[in-house]
Amino acid sequence: MAVPALAITGLAKAFDRPIVHDFDLQVAAGEFYALLGPNGAGKTTILRMVAGLLPPDAGRIDIFGIDALADPVGAKRLMAWVSDEPMVYDRLTPMEYLEFVAGLWQVEPARATRTAHELIDWLGLAPHADQLCGGFSKGMLQKVALAGALVHDPQLIILDEPLTGLDAGSARQVKDVLLEKVRQGGTVIMTTHILEVAERMAERIGVIAGGRLIAEGSLEQLRTRSGTDGTLEEIFLTLVAEDSKA
Amino acid sequence: MIAPAGSLLWFAHHEFRLAWRDFLAMMSGGRKDRTIGIVLGGLAVYVVLHLVAAMVVVPATNAGIIADKPTLLMVSGIGLLFFAVMLSQALESITRVYYARADLDLILSSPASSRRLFAVRSGATAAATMALSCLLFSPLINVLATRAGPHWLLAYLVVPALSALAVALAIAITLALFRLVGPKRTRLIAQIVAAIIGAGFVIGIQAVAILSFDDFSRYALFQSDALIAASPDPDNILWWPARGAMGDPVAALSVLAFGALALTLTVLATSGSYQRLALSTTGLSHIKTRRHAVSGPFRPSSQRQVLRRKEWRLLQRDPWLLSQTLMQLLYLVPPALLLWVNYGASINSYIVVVPVIIMAAGQLAGGLAWLAISGEDAYDLVATAPLPPATILRAKVEAVLAIIALVLAPLILALAILAWPMALVTAIFAAFSSASATAIQLWFRVPTRRAMFRRRQNASRAATISEALASILWAGTGATLAADSWFALLPAILALAVLATARAIAPRKS
Repeated sequence: MAVPALAITGLAKAFDRPIVHDFDLQVAAGEFYALLGPNGAGKTTILRMVAGLLPPDAGRIDIFGIDALADPVGAKRLMAWVSDEPMVYDRLTPMEYLEFVAGLWQVEPARATRTAHELIDWLGLAPHADQLCGGFSKGMLQKVALAGALVHDPQLIILDEPLTGLDAGSARQVKDVLLEKVRQGGTVIMTTHILEVAERMAERIGVIAGGRLIAEGSLEQLRTRSGTDGTLEEIFLTLVAEDSKA
Repeated sequence: MIAPAGSLLWFAHHEFRLAWRDFLAMMSGGRKDRTIGIVLGGLAVYVVLHLVAAMVVVPATNAGIIADKPTLLMVSGIGLLFFAVMLSQALESITRVYYARADLDLILSSPASSRRLFAVRSGATAAATMALSCLLFSPLINVLATRAGPHWLLAYLVVPALSALAVALAIAITLALFRLVGPKRTRLIAQIVAAIIGAGFVIGIQAVAILSFDDFSRYALFQSDALIAASPDPDNILWWPARGAMGDPVAALSVLAFGALALTLTVLATSGSYQRLALSTTGLSHIKTRRHAVSGPFRPSSQRQVLRRKEWRLLQRDPWLLSQTLMQLLYLVPPALLLWVNYGASINSYIVVVPVIIMAAGQLAGGLAWLAISGEDAYDLVATAPLPPATILRAKVEAVLAIIALVLAPLILALAILAWPMALVTAIFAAFSSASATAIQLWFRVPTRRAMFRRRQNASRAATISEALASILWAGTGATLAADSWFALLPAILALAVLATARAIAPRKS
């Protein structure tokens, strides 16, 4: 049996109240997985625990078979994290930023330079490649952050609301880049509030409410599970409403 | 509602409510149980300040204070020193009135009067400057009033007058900068000017004292016979602030009226342009999008090298941060001058240099360590990179210590040529001072934006106080050891106790 890209078992996290509890999830290698849920459902908390940014209270996280809690450096080598707020330095240029990220992941310099130029061209950042990021729009910053996530060629990319605040053109570019990554065999896990994006892009969709996975599957499977023959929005609202009643 | 919406009083109430809540949050750090401790600690510090003031003032009161030219010159000189600090603070605050966006867009897009808003915000700046100045001056005034007579209480009228004058002058400088350099550069230049006024005046007169009188005291200039002789007669109007502070009611009330009038007229004259100027700052990126070409392929580097290079590059490209961080270096100018002036003289004349370098090392390390450790704009990126957290911290500490070494090396080398044992002591305790400040920043680290540098003290009062105490105590250790005294053990033990306490009260990192 193939090793899953991500395997989460019994994950739990509480702050002043339990945010995530008994959370299990498996995402296969090469899969595009979308995580949906209402505000405060625990999506970001889960992904931050997977990225190693938040220690869980209980549970286990494996990245391609590597125990991420026991060997965080080994797990981090295989993945990239992109948050909704672009993690970019105002006073570095996109090329300098990519050089910095490649250095952190210890990508061989010649390969990193080549990949960086390809990404800069691909994302339409070439005219701004040598300008400081401080004056960039949110969409441009998000593209720089995405280029940073791809420059070290991760096997797993985790994105938290990557399309928030992007214009149609930028959103399209980001979606194309992610789909291409999956076509090349990479794994993408993404949270989004834009249900149409999840509907069109994701092979499997997980719905979280109250820190638990309440439903999971392809769009068809979710339709069957919810008993709704409509769009993902209708399915999502039905599932969340059912869960809150229960 | 206390006043009609949009009125001056209504705006004042709105500003006061926000300022009060900010103050409470700053004092308690978000925890109400801390407030009592902070109030008690504040009272203890206030009592200590009175004791220090008594030590300074009692010899003069015992000898009897009369309003002659030397005394008026000394009182005016001290007043000028404080005025420079007030002006520096006021300039920073007034710049924020024009640039801080928080609720400005909301208010300026409403039909409310922007003139009233500006009047209230300028008034709030004046009130804050007055309150702070009165608090700072009060130990001195209270001790003088107790020892030399209650007429010194009239100084409480002169201090607000000077604050009002400082705010009026700050508004005028800010507007002149808008006109001269435009909205894009006004903030940066005003902040640098504020820092230079704050530190530069003190350092300037100290430098004059060293060069002219071979004395390290910043008050030496005000005691010089030449300046006393060149000063106007005691009945000249220029002495009115000093006369007022010393108990002349006519002078005190006149100075107060002058300060209030200056502020009122300045606000009335400038409030009309407030909306236009505040709007001109909207959407300005404070970062120039100039080109920095990366030529050729990426350089092969270790992860630590990559992190160090990033820190140095970001600092080098941010003139404001650089100016704020390196401001401590201005304090190294007087000891450097002293070294130069006293070249070839007795070794003992260098001893004052030792604590200044050690303190500067600690203060510089504190600021830089905050920037590198807490002020990480891409915290998530660095935290998700495949390297152990200890390696990240090590690289950042190396970046900080390398800058300190680079900055202090010339002075320590110069000292080594003149008195090598003293240079050795200075180097060792400058290293201790830097390491202590860096360690405190590590223990109290809270990831935040670099742009919050100016408000870093708000994140943890304990860290700020521990850092300052450790620097002072290591400076004391270095100075006493350089003087070949075994009393050096005492400040050293106290410095270690401060570090142990800081470690114990620092929040545990998960």
